[in-house]
Amino acid sequence: MSTPESVMKLSGTETHEPAVGRVAPHSAHAGDQPGRNYLNADYNLWSWLFTTDHKRVGILYLISITLFFFLGGAAAVLFRLELMTPRGDLVKAESYNKLFTMHGIIMVFFFLIPAVPAVLGNFLVPLMVGARDLAFPKLNLASWYIYIIGGVFTIVAVLTGGVDTGWTFYTPYSSTYGNTNVLAAAVGVFVVGFSSILTAVNIIATVHTMRAPGLSWFRLPLFIWAHYATSLVILLGTPVLAITVILVGVERAFRVGIFDPALGGDPILFQHLFWFYSHPAVYIMVLPAMGVVSEIISCFARRRVFGYKFIAFASLAIAVLGFLVWGHHMFVTGQSMYAGLVFSFLSMLVAIPSAIKVFNWTATLFKGSVLWNTAMLYALGFIGLFTMGGLTGLFLATIAVDVHVHDTYFIVAHFHYIMVGGSVMGYLGGIHYWWPKMTGRMYPEGWGRVAAILIFFGFNLTFFPQFVLGYLGMPRRVHDYVPEFQILNVMSSAGASILGIGYLLPLGYLIWSLRYGKPAGANPWDATGLEWQTDSPPPTHNFHEQPVVLTDAYLYEPWEPPAQGHLPQTPPQAHEPAVVGSEGQR
Amino acid sequence: MTNPHTPAMAHHATSAKNPLAIQFDNLEQQRFAASLGMWSFLATEILFFGGAFLGYAVYRNWYPHAWAEASRQLDLTWGTINTAVLLGSSLTMALAVDEARQGKSRGIAFFLMLTMVFGTAFLGIKAYEYWHKWHEHLIPGTSFVWSNPATIGPAQLFFSFYFVLTGCHAVHMIIGMALLLIMWFKARRGDYTAEWHAAVENMGLYWHFVDCVWVFLFPLLYLVDRA
Ligand SMILES: [Cu+2]
Repeated sequence: MSTPESVMKLSGTETHEPAVGRVAPHSAHAGDQPGRNYLNADYNLWSWLFTTDHKRVGILYLISITLFFFLGGAAAVLFRLELMTPRGDLVKAESYNKLFTMHGIIMVFFFLIPAVPAVLGNFLVPLMVGARDLAFPKLNLASWYIYIIGGVFTIVAVLTGGVDTGWTFYTPYSSTYGNTNVLAAAVGVFVVGFSSILTAVNIIATVHTMRAPGLSWFRLPLFIWAHYATSLVILLGTPVLAITVILVGVERAFRVGIFDPALGGDPILFQHLFWFYSHPAVYIMVLPAMGVVSEIISCFARRRVFGYKFIAFASLAIAVLGFLVWGHHMFVTGQSMYAGLVFSFLSMLVAIPSAIKVFNWTATLFKGSVLWNTAMLYALGFIGLFTMGGLTGLFLATIAVDVHVHDTYFIVAHFHYIMVGGSVMGYLGGIHYWWPKMTGRMYPEGWGRVAAILIFFGFNLTFFPQFVLGYLGMPRRVHDYVPEFQILNVMSSAGASILGIGYLLPLGYLIWSLRYGKPAGANPWDATGLEWQTDSPPPTHNFHEQPVVLTDAYLYEPWEPPAQGHLPQTPPQAHEPAVVGSEGQR
Repeated sequence: MTNPHTPAMAHHATSAKNPLAIQFDNLEQQRFAASLGMWSFLATEILFFGGAFLGYAVYRNWYPHAWAEASRQLDLTWGTINTAVLLGSSLTMALAVDEARQGKSRGIAFFLMLTMVFGTAFLGIKAYEYWHKWHEHLIPGTSFVWSNPATIGPAQLFFSFYFVLTGCHAVHMIIGMALLLIMWFKARRGDYTAEWHAAVENMGLYWHFVDCVWVFLFPLLYLVDRA
């Protein structure tokens, strides 16, 4: 029941009235002149390398994680090629081990974990809460440098012969028996953890203390709730990984046996500590993507999110329950039967808030006027693939099934449905949805849809056969296999090549759009949310005047033909007409 | 409160910088954010040490006698003295924060210096203890010497945890000392006022946290089952 007046508005007056409680004492800045934005505020390299603008730091992260994504992808190309044939003919067993380790370490720690929070979160959290920047801009820049330092250590580990422990660094592969450069990779993982922690501290402080007047907690976009929950997980999980890596590093560097059974140590203790971080890490990867999906679904179905509070609290519930399920990675390590039972039960419990989100998104779509554009295709892809990943997760939480498929391709397929089908789809959807805001340019919609559809089908062709392979008993992390499995492996590799093209396409057309894309205007999707109430690209300090929020989030109405007057959510100042809002009527 | 960004204030330069950062509306909001940021970071720190304490708890539970035996090799006298020194540094840090609330730059600098003196004393004593352990071949690894062959493995585990835990604590102390030194210069320059001294308060939170870690480490490593 939204009226044109009930949408969020910019306050048109000078905000010095004390009634608001938050005045805007900062006068106009160089970057806030008309025609000036965060991109053209300054051009030299130093202005990027020493920027404290959250938007520029977001762009720095975007460039670096894209590099790591294609690096990790290159490793995947090589081992998918190897798996085309049953025999190990392209690479040796050792090289294969190093390839999948490199793929895992880079994709998990240097792409998936920072992807949404450090790129989209960095860029959007201050905009969405109506602030001029994050609470600690210098720490934010420091977090990017820390990320790069961690990345350099990891690259050094790769260049000096690679690491063959798997991304899990299980002892004693990583301590007693590993003879590759584990230490450099471990330092890289340790260092990069600090960059996530700094991002999380920034997001928490910003959301708590810097919300615009009128922006109460339950008016926040669900993207913010998701990032808040993610930040809690990062804060409480990452340090446990840090101390674990230190213990392994000390064991390795000084040849002492913290996890060495020869001295009475316990390698399983390492697994407990590792998964105490690394299961919640899955939620670090997927929760922010869920936040993205909430925004996209609501906007392109033109409906308020169904069950806003349920989705908001589901994020928090996932963050809390996610810490209590790590033992499901250890059903076959000989942990106590009762521990297994409890971990199995809790793992099923954590599916409930995830399912609540999926049902709420579906209910949001119901009777919505759905616009099938690129971001929406990614969001719908997310729902489908995440549901597949989540349901197979329930199979795996069942102890008997897990014992059967443990360490097979079933596991590989399951977590790729969550981490690629979920997180990467959400990330790409978000990149497309906010691309006009970040760059001021529209991406080519046709190419966008082609890529989204290619990725969806390529993904399923890559990973669905792996469910079958795993169920039939093909072990993961082995470079050769019995000939019966070849057909399914060839299907998977073929899918991977489609997936690869699907990922290269956006790299091409998004860069193309920087120069040739149509100008986007402030609000091309006719979306609610404070980030759409300022210029695209936004000025250095985000808003020309302090925004004030008067209503709940997501007060969408069905698309209206532009002929019937101005679109319902055009802000008071005359912005350019909402380009795609009208295209949606065709 | 007057708006510190008005041009009229620009040349009124007793202190070099305007403390209000561009992204905040007022100092109260800025202080809240800074404090919340520090508490969030300390939550991280608790989980960091928590992981090591978990390992300690598991092995202590598995090898109570060997660990008690190894624990008796630690120097109770110096450990106790060090605990007193560190608690003393917490007192001076608290006094520095109190001076900051009153905006007394000289008082802040004085108590920060005392805190650094205590901190240096702690690290010096710790270094002496480490040196002593090295002298007695109690550093885990190939040169570890232990009289009882039945407990040599778990005893090494104990010393591994002793060095990792106290080492991580010492690294936190060293980082804290470096920050104290910077803060000491800034205090002498008059950067902290009664209105704006959140950095000193945050430094206090961090320093007290590091002390609290020792308050757990000392009994766990030196005292449990010692008799
Ligand atoms: Cu898990």
